[in-house]
Amino acid sequence: MSHETARIRAEALESLLIEKGLIEAERVDDVIVRYNERVGPMNGAWVVARAWQDPDFKARLLADGTEAIKEYEFEGGEIDKLVVVENTDEQHNVVVCTLCSCYPWAVLGLPPKWYKDPAYRSRVVREPRQVLAEFGTELEEDVRVRVWDSSAEVRYLVLPQQPPEWVGLDDETMAERVTRNSMIGVERLS
Amino acid sequence: MSEPSVPLSGRYQPPLANGEVVFDEPWQGRVFGLAVLLAEQGTLQWPDFQQSLIEVVSEWDSQSDPANEDYPYYELFAEALSRLTVREGLVSAGEVFDRDAEIIARPHGHDHGHPHDHDH
Repeated sequence: MSHETARIRAEALESLLIEKGLIEAERVDDVIVRYNERVGPMNGAWVVARAWQDPDFKARLLADGTEAIKEYEFEGGEIDKLVVVENTDEQHNVVVCTLCSCYPWAVLGLPPKWYKDPAYRSRVVREPRQVLAEFGTELEEDVRVRVWDSSAEVRYLVLPQQPPEWVGLDDETMAERVTRNSMIGVERLS
Repeated sequence: MSEPSVPLSGRYQPPLANGEVVFDEPWQGRVFGLAVLLAEQGTLQWPDFQQSLIEVVSEWDSQSDPANEDYPYYELFAEALSRLTVREGLVSAGEVFDRDAEIIARPHGHDHGHPHDHDH
């Protein structure tokens, strides 16, 4: 389906569904606003900032991500099972969905364009160091890279390493600095 | 995938700082919103939509040259939703075809589907 055909088809479907009483246009607007503005990578950033400050929460998060974030009541769906993987001095984690574009929407919002790109989806598995370097992330040779392939059932969130100079900042300040890309694992924070 | 549902609320709702514009064009937001809404309402099942998308993406993968073509995510998304709505009987293929043709035939500048002033 070409770009123009898709644009027309989107309008055709919406207008037909409205006429049939199956949807209301205003509710479509509501969904768009919600995903654009309200559900975003900030949810994940709050989780990361807290994990850095609260060892008990971090332990629970790594043991069972789905259970640990329940108290936040993040909805936005899309997470049957959330697995949180921790970056350390020994291991760097990076997330992909080789099959399509599975992504932990409830904590990271909508996936960035490149995440859905076939080049990223295939290359990060074959040559993760090279792909990370293209994101500006040069890993030391002794750091192991682990690539996590998302699926309909399991979504991954990377717990980035906390930059030493951030220690002592409050949660809010840190959450604002935690980037989406660091939680996908293509960037380190500094 | 579970069904998308109502998002977070209360004090865990932070200001958006590192979000970004997700949709390049308005129609992409519309078609995305349409799919999520249909799933939230229970009109469609989200796993069925996902299956349809996987099918369409894999067809694209097999017919395209990713090195030389941009991945048309929302085009594939629209195709997946279109197929599923027909398959589930929400709309018929004929209706969709006719509506496409009406939109294409519509005079330029009258793309709102309802009459009003064009001074905005």
